[in-house]
Amino acid sequence: MTHDEMTHDQTVARDGAREALLSALEPHLSPGAAGWLSEARERIAAAPEAAATALPAVGRRCGRGPLRAEGTGWDGWSVDDAARVVLLLELPCTGDALAARLTDLYRYGDAAERRGVLRALAVLDAELGDGALPLVHDALRTNDTRLVAAALGPYGGARLADHAWRQAVLKCVFVGVPLAVVDGLARRADAELARMMADYARERTAAGRDVPPDVAGFLDPPTAGTRSPESPESPDQKV
Amino acid sequence: MRIFDPHIHMSSRTTDDYERMHAAGVRALVEPAFWLGQPRTSVGSFVDYFDGLVGWEPFRAAQFGIRHHCTMALNPKEAGDPRCRPVLELLPRYLEKDGVVAVGEVGYDSMTPEEDEVFAHQLALAVDHDLPVLVHTPHRDKAAGTRRSLDVVRESGIAPERVVIDHLNEVTVGLVADSGCWMGFSIYPDTKMDEDRMVAILREHGTERMLVNSAADWGRSDPLKTRRTGEAMLAGGFTDADVDQVLWHNPVAFYGQSGRLVLDVPGEPTDSGALFAGNSVLRGGRA
Ligand SMILES: [Zn+2]
Repeated sequence: MTHDEMTHDQTVARDGAREALLSALEPHLSPGAAGWLSEARERIAAAPEAAATALPAVGRRCGRGPLRAEGTGWDGWSVDDAARVVLLLELPCTGDALAARLTDLYRYGDAAERRGVLRALAVLDAELGDGALPLVHDALRTNDTRLVAAALGPYGGARLADHAWRQAVLKCVFVGVPLAVVDGLARRADAELARMMADYARERTAAGRDVPPDVAGFLDPPTAGTRSPESPESPDQKV
Repeated sequence: MRIFDPHIHMSSRTTDDYERMHAAGVRALVEPAFWLGQPRTSVGSFVDYFDGLVGWEPFRAAQFGIRHHCTMALNPKEAGDPRCRPVLELLPRYLEKDGVVAVGEVGYDSMTPEEDEVFAHQLALAVDHDLPVLVHTPHRDKAAGTRRSLDVVRESGIAPERVVIDHLNEVTVGLVADSGCWMGFSIYPDTKMDEDRMVAILREHGTERMLVNSAADWGRSDPLKTRRTGEAMLAGGFTDADVDQVLWHNPVAFYGQSGRLVLDVPGEPTDSGALFAGNSVLRGGRA
């Protein structure tokens, strides 16, 4: 990824995502907040460095409550998540330059900003390639459930290698991130993940502890390694 | 008793402390950036420390029902170290963060020319970023250090009501009372300042512009000293309203000048910051 011009498809993808996010945000934003957001968009489009001061201000400017957007693929998003993604879609760069910019914003971001960057990766997937994968790995090294969950969105779900992805799913169980937030769980769950879950369940049982319901979903029937809780009948699993 | 500890270094404390603090009534706190007990040798150490103050530590606090905020600065003990000086260039970025409610701890350790420069520079940053300032006063040569700190604050042009001068005692409180700055007191388990002497100071100087903190860190200290001071106030004839003013309303008013305090209860529906609250720390998850 070294190109520096967006393709037509990439521009269309950004426009579509921006429009959908702005309409989901509309009921949440006061006129003042909406005005601030559109000014911040203009500032970033004109000079991407402006994102470094706009991103940290999003929570106090736009609010932090849950985004009401059922069935949109943004379950669990907050208002500030959506507003940050809207801002990031204005970055006037693509490919490696975009990955470098996102990496800087993540590196010097607080936890909420980092989550915003992780949320944006799915929309920008085609522009980034694997360029933002180190951010996903960084988030998965933390014990912050907000970051672990955001790292397992569609970008991480599509691009993490099998071993890293399985470890991340198991980590969710350990730190208490519901597996419902793992994008594409049914598609990617495989026999090895089922084995890991079964071993974990055995450890819990041996210790006289209960097995979390999310894990139990992998054990029914106990030997069927390729089942997943999201879609027990799903036939197309990677093995 | 509702408590806001305006100065406590939680990164050095355990989850047991968070539990005991919550049980004692602590619902909000400010963790000032300070030194670690030994010198840092590179800017990278500060970046990781600052990341913790706006990342992991607020997350950890929220698991125990406590709102965590912080202040950021290059602290006086490391201000003279050329290896740390470039931190000043990083600060503008961190001073924009949501959880950062003041510039601090700034001030003097040994009262050197380097410390003068760094102190004045950071007061200017506070004005630029529209933030209040937390000023540490030195433990050695305290009265002279306090006087000189007040001079530097005055020269900077920052409004005195946006400044707290911390770690005061019977000798230094009067100077600060006259300056219009807020007065901070760190209550320690040793002889520097204790809760009964604090009550005597409140009796003499009143409860306005007064902040009481535990300053608990990796040294000998007690995160419940705020609570103990509240109890000593009640035993000494102060009312519940006086205690609430000193231990809650005053810190809220002082740090509220940042416009960035968040005082809702972590884990409640309005709190998007911890969608899966109560897990990774409480369950001991070490994944
Ligand atoms: Zn301190």
